[in-house]
Amino acid sequence: MFLGYRRKIMPRLNMVEAINLALKQEMEKDKSIILIGEDVGEDGGVFRVTDGLAALYGNERVIDSPLAESGIVGTCIGMAAGGMKPVAEIQFEGFVFPAIDQLICHASRLRHRSRGRYTVPLVVRCPIGGGIRALEHHSESPETYFIHTPGIKVVMPSTPYDAKGLLISAMRDPNPVIFFEPKRVYRAIKEEVPEEEYMIPLGKAKIVKPGNDVTLITYGASLKISLEAVQHMSDIDVEVIDLRTLSPLDTETIISSVKKTGKVVIVQEAQRNNGFAAEIIARINEKALYSLESPIERVTGYDVVVPLPRHEDMYLVNQARIINAIEKVMKNAI
Amino acid sequence: MRKIIEKFEVPYLQILNEQGIADEKLIPSLSPAIIKRMYELMILTRTFDDKAVKLQRQGRIGTFASVKGQEACQIPSAIQMQEHDMAFPAFREHGVFITRAMPLEKLFQYWAGDERGMDIPKNVNMFPVAITVGGHLPHAVGMAMSFKFYKKEGATLVYFGDGATSEGDFHEAMNFAGVFKAPTVFICQNNQYAISVPVKEQTAAQSLAQKAIAYGFEGIQVDGNDVFAVYSAVQDALKKARNGKGPTFIECFTYRMGDHTTSDDAKKYRSENEVKKWESKDPIERLKKYMVKKKMFSDSYEKEVAQKAEQLVQDAITKFESIQPIKPEEMFDYMYDKLTPDLKEERESVKGEVA
Repeated sequence: MFLGYRRKIMPRLNMVEAINLALKQEMEKDKSIILIGEDVGEDGGVFRVTDGLAALYGNERVIDSPLAESGIVGTCIGMAAGGMKPVAEIQFEGFVFPAIDQLICHASRLRHRSRGRYTVPLVVRCPIGGGIRALEHHSESPETYFIHTPGIKVVMPSTPYDAKGLLISAMRDPNPVIFFEPKRVYRAIKEEVPEEEYMIPLGKAKIVKPGNDVTLITYGASLKISLEAVQHMSDIDVEVIDLRTLSPLDTETIISSVKKTGKVVIVQEAQRNNGFAAEIIARINEKALYSLESPIERVTGYDVVVPLPRHEDMYLVNQARIINAIEKVMKNAI
Repeated sequence: MRKIIEKFEVPYLQILNEQGIADEKLIPSLSPAIIKRMYELMILTRTFDDKAVKLQRQGRIGTFASVKGQEACQIPSAIQMQEHDMAFPAFREHGVFITRAMPLEKLFQYWAGDERGMDIPKNVNMFPVAITVGGHLPHAVGMAMSFKFYKKEGATLVYFGDGATSEGDFHEAMNFAGVFKAPTVFICQNNQYAISVPVKEQTAAQSLAQKAIAYGFEGIQVDGNDVFAVYSAVQDALKKARNGKGPTFIECFTYRMGDHTTSDDAKKYRSENEVKKWESKDPIERLKKYMVKKKMFSDSYEKEVAQKAEQLVQDAITKFESIQPIKPEEMFDYMYDKLTPDLKEERESVKGEVA
């Protein structure tokens, strides 16, 4: 895009580097922020997201915790209520379940339970999703469990630029935020990420590609695949929406797009049954049913255990399935 | 080679025996005023508790968990808290709330099913009631870690029962406390039953106190019906916590004299003989015997304390029963710092939907 003035040269960062930069800058600014998790210290985390931060901020602020997810989140709740801003790392989304009790029964409720006296300004960072050829429990998409829970916010960036701006917002948010990082994207995309701090508001979706024929709604690692699929379709003008925040959901952006296009495809990596796409469809039914020209298509994972690496591609959403869905909503249009 | 790498001992402490005779070598130095204050708070707690059970039977409050029999675990520990200390109750800690000066009407309000009861006044340094078993232990450790982080001198006291020691969060909290030397005092009220399951079916360990050893810190078992033993153990633990020496686990060996809650019938799983045996160990009676011997007690004092407690409880009932319910739309107000678009919409819609 030509902006009419000379652009500042910005570093090109991948998502790991962008998140690392966000953590570093916020920690510099806000001394109450601490990082805690398994191997986040000297090792920099298994994905190296916290690399170098222990050397910069010391072991008091970058804490290697015992190997206990419930303990990590549980103690973070106490720290947060005690005035700190903990940013916890759960090593893999498949290991978040021991902490799910603390998140659902306590982090999300303490403000309510104490009538606002104690709050939990906590960020739980957690890699998510498949596509990295990993062991069992390392390729899951459990976001819906958390979206269903009132009292927490759920964020999932899909690009390095968004990751930095959304994480800074998450760290400044007074509510508990679960920040899912699509690990397939960690090193897959490099883009310009401003050195200075910036915030991307939580709860705001982004129209990544405007279009008039079909609304494609997606988030996380599925954005890249969706954009690649859409590129091949020169004859259909697809509007691509990246949700970025899953809870609270930006219903408005979805509905105004649906009213324009009348045709909808939703792409999610997670299993189908009761997945997030179902909720989006319900909202479209409530608010834009009469704008629909064809039944909504959802492209999702299957209702099976995510296969191990050898068979993983059979499960993961791919370009062909997305293209089929788009063609189907076009063909079915009344 | 085969050798012993460590040996451990688990101490036990009793200072005041069932006859009300104190071990003068072990008794903490306490003024008559503090001893009387503890007695008065125990009577107030018992009066509140008895009345709450009655109110539940009359349908004026909801399900209630009685603390009867465990007053000596709670009052002597909570009374030592300083302004910057923080207590983390489970759900049977009325004695802790009362000692920390929680308004009684708020406790009744909470147990009558009104969230606003847990709108804890700023001067009462307590976390709200935790219904999940053991889930609040890591919170106490985390807040203790925040005291350390900010170099504040406070300690956290966390209350729970024997059943909680089987929960994963107990072990994770104990482990974190040990690793990070958190200034936390774990106060385990071993009241012999987790609803109906006796301690011997909860653990194969000889004591709960010994569980602390595995986490690298001290565990002690005390007579939980003995105000002085509890006072002394908590005093030592708080001193340790405040001097950067980390956590302590105190197992208060006690007995739940009532049912688990008003929805429970303890006759199904424990004998009358057992209950009688423990009635003779009643912590309030025991302290009274001591006070009589030490001439801190008279019939008129006893009557005065009972009447005052009765009056306070009656006033609280009058107050809480006059509180009006919330408006339906107020349900939404504490989910986030600000209403989300969804909640705004739901908040609006509920106005017309609920009468």
